[in-house]
Amino acid sequence: MLHTRQSPNSSRIRFRLLADRSAKIVFGAAALFGIVIMGILLVRITSEGLSWLSLDFLTGRFSTTPERAGIMGAVLGTFWLLAVVVPVTMLIGIGSAVYLELYSKNGKIRTFIQTNIGNLAGVPSIVFGILGLTVFVRALGFGSVVLAGGLTLSLLILPIVIVSAQEALRSVPHQLGDASYALGASKWQTIQSVILPVALPTILTGAILALSRAIGETAPLVVLGIPALLIPFPGGILDRFTVLPMQIYYWTLDAALVADYAHLAAAASIVLLISLFLLNGSAIYLRNKYTIKA
Amino acid sequence: MTSPFQASSSSSSGIRDLIRHNQDKKSFRKTIEVWIPRFLFLLASLSVLTTVGILIILLTEAIEFFKTVPILDFFTGTVLKPLSQTPAFGILPLVMGTLVSSGIAILVAGPIGLMAAIYLSEYASRRVRSVLKPALELLAGVPTIVYGFFAFTFVTPLLRQWIPSLEATNILSPGLVMGVMIIPMIASLSEDAMRSVPQAMREGSAALGSTKLETALKVVVPAALSGIIASFVLGISRALGETMIVAIASGSSKNFTFDITESMQTMTAYIVEVTSGDAAAGSTVYYSLYAVAMTLFATTLLMNLLAGKIARKFREVY
Repeated sequence: MLHTRQSPNSSRIRFRLLADRSAKIVFGAAALFGIVIMGILLVRITSEGLSWLSLDFLTGRFSTTPERAGIMGAVLGTFWLLAVVVPVTMLIGIGSAVYLELYSKNGKIRTFIQTNIGNLAGVPSIVFGILGLTVFVRALGFGSVVLAGGLTLSLLILPIVIVSAQEALRSVPHQLGDASYALGASKWQTIQSVILPVALPTILTGAILALSRAIGETAPLVVLGIPALLIPFPGGILDRFTVLPMQIYYWTLDAALVADYAHLAAAASIVLLISLFLLNGSAIYLRNKYTIKA
Repeated sequence: MTSPFQASSSSSSGIRDLIRHNQDKKSFRKTIEVWIPRFLFLLASLSVLTTVGILIILLTEAIEFFKTVPILDFFTGTVLKPLSQTPAFGILPLVMGTLVSSGIAILVAGPIGLMAAIYLSEYASRRVRSVLKPALELLAGVPTIVYGFFAFTFVTPLLRQWIPSLEATNILSPGLVMGVMIIPMIASLSEDAMRSVPQAMREGSAALGSTKLETALKVVVPAALSGIIASFVLGISRALGETMIVAIASGSSKNFTFDITESMQTMTAYIVEVTSGDAAAGSTVYYSLYAVAMTLFATTLLMNLLAGKIARKFREVY
């Protein structure tokens, strides 16, 4: 047969297979790229900060003398911040999700609120800082205290909490609700004692991820005027406070003046990263475990 | 508590009590059934209130600013000297800084994120993916302040070994690091788009003798293109609003330039600079904050809406 030209074709096929194999390597390298950079980042921060990480550093008060500086105030600040953020986001987040998924009819109001939540999720965090500065710090006169910071961060992460809670509610098999109605339970009874308990693990996974976002957030707090140089420990939600990201920020900026501040920033980054990895890791683990079961 | 048996065995008045008691319980439950959705609606509308709050605050304060600085001068001015004796309020240096840093970021994250997505969606085995995806998610969980520290104390000194003219604060290094930051976002959204392409199309392509690479580039990527473009737009929008990396590593020089080795300021970094200084409430500098924030808000909102529109409008439906 004249049309079959064996040898040129087979060399072309060899080339195509070679291209395919090299593409796999290049694409795989691209997938690894970010992880390699994260590895470099971790090694770098560990080598800078690990020797500065001591019990005194973890439990000490803030100080301008690098050798005496500690982060206990920032850790306590984070706890007080969470004391505001957790109840506020849980109540509003789950409440909104229940309304949108289980009560609202598929009408205009629902579409409007849903679109609005989607857009809020894309608003830069610093804009939330300006909202908090204008409303909580100035108009309501809270000042740069835990309550103002907590409410600002709550508004920031609410869209994430709501959307993930909605997905969790949607994933509850509707037979469970039907069975509850068949037993004569009312709508709220069904939601309260059947749907919410089933959805709760997934809701919590999303909430943990959102909370870790709030813990690592810096920009809105800078705008709110949260200090980094704060010696007294916060004792309540109306006290002035600081958090780890704020201390890292000021230590990094002033590293040009006091060289050892770079080590303090690195040591504080290690603490922050470990806490966030533990939080995120447990959330991702919970979710994977839960998804396989379902 | 009276049990039903006791009630039915006693007098008829006991039965009446029981009925009344049950009716009370019923009406209480009815009240709950009516009020719970109202209360939940109130909670859900808080998010709308947040948006309205942001809009009102930014607009009213920006209007206050435009009473002192003409709006045209603000949007066309190439000089920004807020604290000088003869202040000038042109936003273009900030716009330039923002666009250049986001441009560098997307040049890094776009190709790498897309290739990573192709690998995850088309090449990776289930086991490899189950390791890579959570690792990428952890990468996305690194706080931006840590990226800022990394850019300032590691990437910039490293780059200065190759580019001696690079300033200690410059726009190149935070741009690159922001690129690394948005890789997970682009990879994950693009992968979602590719995985929603029906398996039958890949099988059809394979049956015609295509290699995996040809299937990926000529079938899967075109079919998922709307989702991929949307992920790029969202990535750019994220970079536009990123604050701490540029605030730390890019300095505060308000240069109107294309030179990426120089220090430039982004809109977000300007907001940080003004709010961490002592700009008195009511001063022009203070109000300029809102005008810049409004510009940033409007830009990111438009980008996000655009991304949504692209994803919806050009989606191939199978």
